[in-house]
Parts: sequence; C-alpha cells; structure tokens
Amino acid sequence: MSAKQRLPWITAHTDARPSGALETHRRDFVKLLGMGGLLVAASSLGVRRLEAADSLFAPNAEPWEPHAYVRLGDDGIITIMCHRSEMGQGIRTTMPMIIADEMEADWGTCRVEQALGDDKKYGNQNTDGSTSIRDFLPAYREAGATVRALLEDAAAKEWGVASSDVQARNGMVVHTASGRTKAFAALAATARTIPMPAKERVRIKVPSERRWEGKQMTSVDLVPMTTGTAMFGADMTLPGMKVAVISRPPVWGGKVVSVDDSFALKVPGVEKVVRIPETPLPGAFFPLGGVAVIAKNTWAAIRGRDALRIVWDGGPNATYDSTAYKASLLSSVRAPGKAGRAVGDVPNALAVAAQRVTAEYYMPHLSHAQMEPVTALANVANGKVEVWAPTQSPQDARNTVAQYLKVDAANVAVHVTLLGGGFGRKSKPDFICEAAFLSREIGAPVRVQWTREDDLRNSYLHSVAAHRLEAGLDASGKVTAWLHRSAYPAIGATFAPNVPGAEPDELTNGASDIPFDIPNMRVEICPAVAHTRIGWYRSVNAIHHGFAIGSFVDELAYAAKQDPADFLLALLGPDRVVDLSKAGLVAPASNYGATWADHPLDSGRARRVVELAVEQSGWHGAKLPRGKGRGIAIHRSFLTYVAMVVEVEVLPDGTVLVPKTTVAVDAGFIANPDRARAQMEGALIMAMSNLLTSEVTFANGKVVQSNFRDYGVTRMRAAPHVVDVHLVTSEGLPGGIGEPGVPPAGGAIANAIFAATGVRVRQLPVAKQLAGWQTKSSDGVRGGEV
Amino acid sequence: MSTAPISLTVNGARRTFDGDPTMPLLWYLRDDLALTGTKYGCGISQCGACTVHVNGAPVRACQRRMQSLAEASVTTIEGLHPTGAHPLQVAWREIDVPQCGFCQSGQIMQAATLLTKTPKPTDADIDTAMNGHICRCGTYPRIRAAIKAAAEATR
Repeated sequence: MSAKQRLPWITAHTDARPSGALETHRRDFVKLLGMGGLLVAASSLGVRRLEAADSLFAPNAEPWEPHAYVRLGDDGIITIMCHRSEMGQGIRTTMPMIIADEMEADWGTCRVEQALGDDKKYGNQNTDGSTSIRDFLPAYREAGATVRALLEDAAAKEWGVASSDVQARNGMVVHTASGRTKAFAALAATARTIPMPAKERVRIKVPSERRWEGKQMTSVDLVPMTTGTAMFGADMTLPGMKVAVISRPPVWGGKVVSVDDSFALKVPGVEKVVRIPETPLPGAFFPLGGVAVIAKNTWAAIRGRDALRIVWDGGPNATYDSTAYKASLLSSVRAPGKAGRAVGDVPNALAVAAQRVTAEYYMPHLSHAQMEPVTALANVANGKVEVWAPTQSPQDARNTVAQYLKVDAANVAVHVTLLGGGFGRKSKPDFICEAAFLSREIGAPVRVQWTREDDLRNSYLHSVAAHRLEAGLDASGKVTAWLHRSAYPAIGATFAPNVPGAEPDELTNGASDIPFDIPNMRVEICPAVAHTRIGWYRSVNAIHHGFAIGSFVDELAYAAKQDPADFLLALLGPDRVVDLSKAGLVAPASNYGATWADHPLDSGRARRVVELAVEQSGWHGAKLPRGKGRGIAIHRSFLTYVAMVVEVEVLPDGTVLVPKTTVAVDAGFIANPDRARAQMEGALIMAMSNLLTSEVTFANGKVVQSNFRDYGVTRMRAAPHVVDVHLVTSEGLPGGIGEPGVPPAGGAIANAIFAATGVRVRQLPVAKQLAGWQTKSSDGVRGGEV
Repeated sequence: MSTAPISLTVNGARRTFDGDPTMPLLWYLRDDLALTGTKYGCGISQCGACTVHVNGAPVRACQRRMQSLAEASVTTIEGLHPTGAHPLQVAWREIDVPQCGFCQSGQIMQAATLLTKTPKPTDADIDTAMNGHICRCGTYPRIRAAIKAAAEATR
C-alpha cells in the first residue's frame, strides 16, 4: 500500500468522545434510526432502535472505539460505523464485510451502525460519484487489519508470548503452540490499555485468506426492509413534531408576489403558514423559498398547501420553453465550441475521408424520481440544530444548514437515515435547510415532506443535451476523424451566476475520455445557458454521452457495412494504456478524481469486456427475426469499463421490451459481487426509463410533468427477464459500480431498436416514436432526423 | 366536519378513528399509528408503494379514505406474518431483492394477494399483478424470481 493511500484518520487513536461534542439534550426520541438489524440474522426480526445515547449530542464513552470505524464492546459486540449513505448500493453490507473480514471477526457478533455526519472523523461522507469502495477500500482493509493486530497484541501480552506467535481467527486469538484461545470480547479490556500496533505490524490479508471480501454476503438490512421496519427519512418522528408541505416558485428564480393563506388556515390540522425567503439565483444548495404550511399531520399539510393562493412572479426564466430550447441547443452544436480534446488534424482528415457520416442526438431533462420524495426532520433548540435526513452528503448538509441559519457547523448534527433512493438528488441539502429553517421559525421539530409533484417540479434536473457527431472513414471503413460537439447547461450554473455553458471538464465524464483509437479527434463543448436547477443524476453527463456516442459508433458500423461488434473492436484498436492528460485532453479535465497514473485509459480492458459480452450473449448466433434485435455498446465511466449486449423486442404499437441483456464489467477489484450485479441490473432498468419513457419538459418556465402518470418509468411488464452480468475477476484498483452501468445501456438499447426495426431514434425519449414501425419506411443509417 | 368515529381493525387490533374522514388510510397508518412500512411514493395510485390489504384485497392506501373503512380489516406489511417469515419475505431475503428497499413493502403486499389467488403464477400473471408498482432501483427481475421461489416453496 502506498503512502498516498494511508489516510490520516486510519490509525489514529480515537477517544470515543467526539471532540467538540455537545451536551445531551434529548433522550426522548420515540424513533430514531432503527436500522442496525443483526448483520447475519436473516432469521431475526430484531431491529435495533438506536437510543439517544448514539446522538452526537450524547457522547457515550462506552463501549470503546479503537478506530473510527470500529467499536469493541466488552459484551463481544463489534460495531462497525458505516460512514457512507445507504441508498440501495449495499454499502452498509460491503463496508462491514471488508472490515470484519480483515479483523477476522465472527460475523455473528458484528453490527452496523450509521455514522453521524462528521467527515473529519470518518473521511469523506459524500456518497456520490461511485466512490465508496474506489476511495475507501484501502482504508477499510487497513482499519480491520489494525484492529486485528491490536487484538493479537493484547492476547500476546496476556499470555506473555510474542505477537508473531499468535493469530486472530474467526472472533478469537489463537496461540498455536499452546493451543490457548481467547475470544475478542475477552481481549477488549487489555487491548484498550496497550498502544495501537505499529504500521509495520498491520498486514492486509492476501486474497487466499479472505472469508467474504470479493465473495458473498447476505445484505444486512434485508429483515427490516422486508418487514416494514426499515427507517427512511420519511419515517422519522420526534415528540411534538409538525409536518410542513411547501409551495415553491414554479419557475427557477421566481418570487412570491402575494399570498392568500385564509383558505389554507381553515383546513383542520393546519396550524401556521410561514414564508421562506427566496434565495437569489443561482441558489446552489439553498432552498428555493416559498410558502410553507405547518400542520399536525401530513394530510392536513398537503391539503393546506393546496389551498394556498399565491401570485408568483416568474422572473428571468419565465420564458423557458423546451421546444425552443431544443432548437437553440441544436443550433449551438452546429458551430465550433471550446475544445476538451484535440488530437491530430480533424478538418483535414474529414476532407480526405472516403466517407463522412454526421448525426445529431437529443436527450431531454430527466428527474431522479427516487421512490422516496425528499424529506427531512429538523429540530432547532438552544442554538443547536439536529437533523435526520435521507442525505447522500451529511457534510454538505451540515455545512449548508450552518451557512443558511448562520450558525457554527459545530452546532449542527446530521443523522443519516436510510435513503429511499438517491441517484444524486439527495446529495443536495436544500430540503434539509427548509426543515431547519422552519423548525427555528416555529420553535418545534418539523419534518418537511415533498410531494411527488414537488419532487418532479422543483428538482435539480439532469441536463437536457444535444450532440452533433461527425466522422470520417477511409475506404476500408476505419475511422480516421472524429468531431463531437455537445451542448448542455452546466451543473456549474447551479452554483455561479452567468455561466454561459459547461466547461470541458464535463466532457471528461465519458465524451473526451473515450477509449477509441482515432488519429484525429476533436471533442468540443458549446454554449448553453441554464434556465432551471441542474444537478447530478446517476452517471451524470455520461447518460447522454453514452447514448450519443454508443449510437453513433453503431451508425458508423452500418456505414462501413461491418458487424457492429467487429467494428467496435476495431475502433478500440490495439491494446493501449494511455495517460490522457498527455493525449490531447484540454484543461480543465478530470479522471473522476483519480490520477491518470492509477487509472489510465486502458483500451485492453475495454476490448476484453466487449469480447466477453459478445461471447456470452451469443452475438454471432442465430439472426433474430424482424421486430427483435441486439445492440452493443461499451463505455468507460467512473473508472469502470462496461460493455452491454441488449436484446429488444419491439411490439407493433412501438412498446420496447428488453427480454435479455448481457453485461460485462471490469471494475478492478469488486468487494461485493452480488451487489455489483444488482447495480448493473438496476442501471440497465434505469437506462431503459431514461431512453424509452422519461422526459421533463418546460413551458412558460414551469415543469410540465407532475407525477408518474406523465413522467413514465420502466415497470414490470417491460423489465428484463434475464440480466446476465459477468464480472471480470481482478485485484486491480477498484472503479465505481453504482453508475457505470447506465451509459452503455443507452447506446446498446438504441442500437438494438435499430437492429429490430430499422428505425434510428436520435431524439429521446423513444416514447411513441416507434408506433407503427412496421409500416414506416426503413430509412437506414442516415434517416431519423433529430 | 365532526362525524361518528370509525371503527376498524389494523393488523388484528381494534382501532377507532375520529379525525378527518376524508383522510387517506396512508396517512392514518403512517402519522397516527406509526406503521411506517406503508410508504408514500406518489399519492395518486401510480406507484404502489402504499399497498396494503383491506379485507384481503390489495388496496392503494393513498386513495382509500378513512370514511370508507368502517369495520374494515386492514393488514399492512408489519402484520403480513407474525414473525416476518411469509414465504415471500423469506424468498425476498434469499434472493436479496431490495436495493434501497423503499418500494418493497408495497411489492410484497401486492405479491401476497397474487399468490393467494394464483398460487402458481406465470410470468404474464406476475407482469399483470405487479405492473402498478414502481421500483426505481430496478429490482424487477429479482422480484419476479422471488415470487416464483415463494410459489415453489408453498406448493
């Protein structure tokens, strides 16, 4: 392990008392987190409801924490503190299984507890960017190995033998020579009196010693999740709690002109109406503002909110219209933009090409539409702010609430509940600020509940995007020139005023960092002004990059009259390991936060996943009848390489079914293979929604859609029957898992639709565009205008 | 607004409700009884996260008003099985179905009524019964597998 990977908090002696801890002020929670079900006990119904003693404000000196991630109880219970948010990716299982494995703990004695927001103590807690394992695997291994060495030292001391003569094994330390054994529980008392083991004593297991890591572990929250006892943000309550439902400006940057709350206040159960000031544009992580109805229960708050009569001023974005904006994006990509990658001489290569192919693609705004609409509980009392929220980033929540209420962050405690889906929406703490503000205003605990309509209409949306791709092919069909222009409003526009468009670093999310072997390449970002809040959504720009690039490569294969898989392999070229910062990338550029030395672009890894997907899917097998087709795509994002072969069936009415998909993944070392497979299954199904049914549009500055009735998502009938996931076995540095499955699915589904129907859909969502496809003239590779 | 109290049974316990009779069952379960396994996902019967049984039939609790529940027997996910070992719950755990878990109560409650009526469901039966439920994590293939496994186990 390199020094770089040795993070400062890893071997620090941690007093159990958090520094700067606040005094106990609450011990009366009826419900708190309650998500610490027994790690192993799928048979147990026990849901451990955490007591107030676990609060930041109620530091508990017992039991002992030899490490920020590990607590040893004298009762033998080992508590592993999960510092990353659980939103379905399985981190509450994967993190503990790595640590317990390295510790040689008995899994039956382990518990997982959700850590409070405290990034100084635990390291980065922003659960975003598919980073939990790729950033923390060395830390988790070292944490477990450190505690293992400590317990071995304790046993050696008790027995008066050398540490090198004893060995931890499945919850006890063994002295082989004498046959003596001692359980971890019995060693905790001695362990706390001796120094932490020296770094050279801390030895990470070799693969053959691993019990669970890289193998299999039953997920820890299965019992609560199947019995209704798992506690999400919406399930948090405090005595005396009020529920707030808020009317927010329908247009980004809009303001309240006047409010008539007389009808709202007549709704039984409604207690108060409170104005939340509008945050000036762009607003970042702060609330939009608006009018809150405070009530004794959720139903009254919803009814009261709906009874408000508000006159709004739309402000500068009141003319935002998706039809007009689409035209402006397409016009933007028809002119040169800022280069994000420049290799060779593209104009010349295009000029001398035997064949030139051009296509434009469009993808609308999307919303996360996670099943749990955003919600947060806050209690502000005595200058202290305590919140319970389904947040992906407790540190951003803590700091933003502190800024918003103008209090010291040390006086803000953030408890992370289970997240009913996140997908990036819950990395923004605007809704937590709302709860904190309202609690302070009314002097009681408040839980803010967003309705589904609120969640769709006032989100941080995935960028609408247009792409124009042009390629030159030589007489043999080899791609000699690649010109890619993109336009989409920037995420940066949510955080800074007057942003004219995205910067080239957004292209390093799967557009300028592609693994293809093309001698002349130019990838540009073109202007696009934001008229709504833009935010991260699972795999971010790689969603539309993956769709456009994946589709275009397929179009080129048909233009070259080659099999799309063979063409794709040829396009990847000979195996190369490339530091892209020296291969034409233009600053600002990034590599998902990693160095190019650790994670170069490795076209050989891309080739292998394509070959694996081709082989396992039967790509070269029997030709499918008209109406069925296979599509293939490869994409690298979040440092992981994923190839997919998707098989679709397109019904006469244009409905697209995805009966079978083969996924090949090289993510380096994979700690929890079953959860990695689950993420690929989910990524494919989310990509189906993105491509086939989902769309957020604007008219007069307002979101047109309101709920799942008009924001379509994939349901059971269209869902795949077979998702065959193949994980490349590797001890390499880990890449991301949660996001990289989405981008290749976009291209692969679109390509399968073309193979099935001859219709090239370049404008998303597919929606009803394929209705009656059998009678449409197949316009081949150049048809299907945007 | 005051009307006669409504008596009903929830998970076998007698309850009396004397609040707003137009309040959906969903909010009574969640806010009044703290039975939070029943989830709010859309409020317009589009997602299925609030599915409970009323007199044995699957019902979207967000659409069912309290005034229509006099003498009704309501079962929520918390009351599906006394020890949480309904064959579907067992199968769900064996197949490791949930990701975030938020929609799973509703999925299991719907699937339970499917199996009561159709002990050996086909793929088409499952598609029809489960199409009203949304899972944004995309656990559908595992839900299908778990329903089949539970059907197999109860044969």
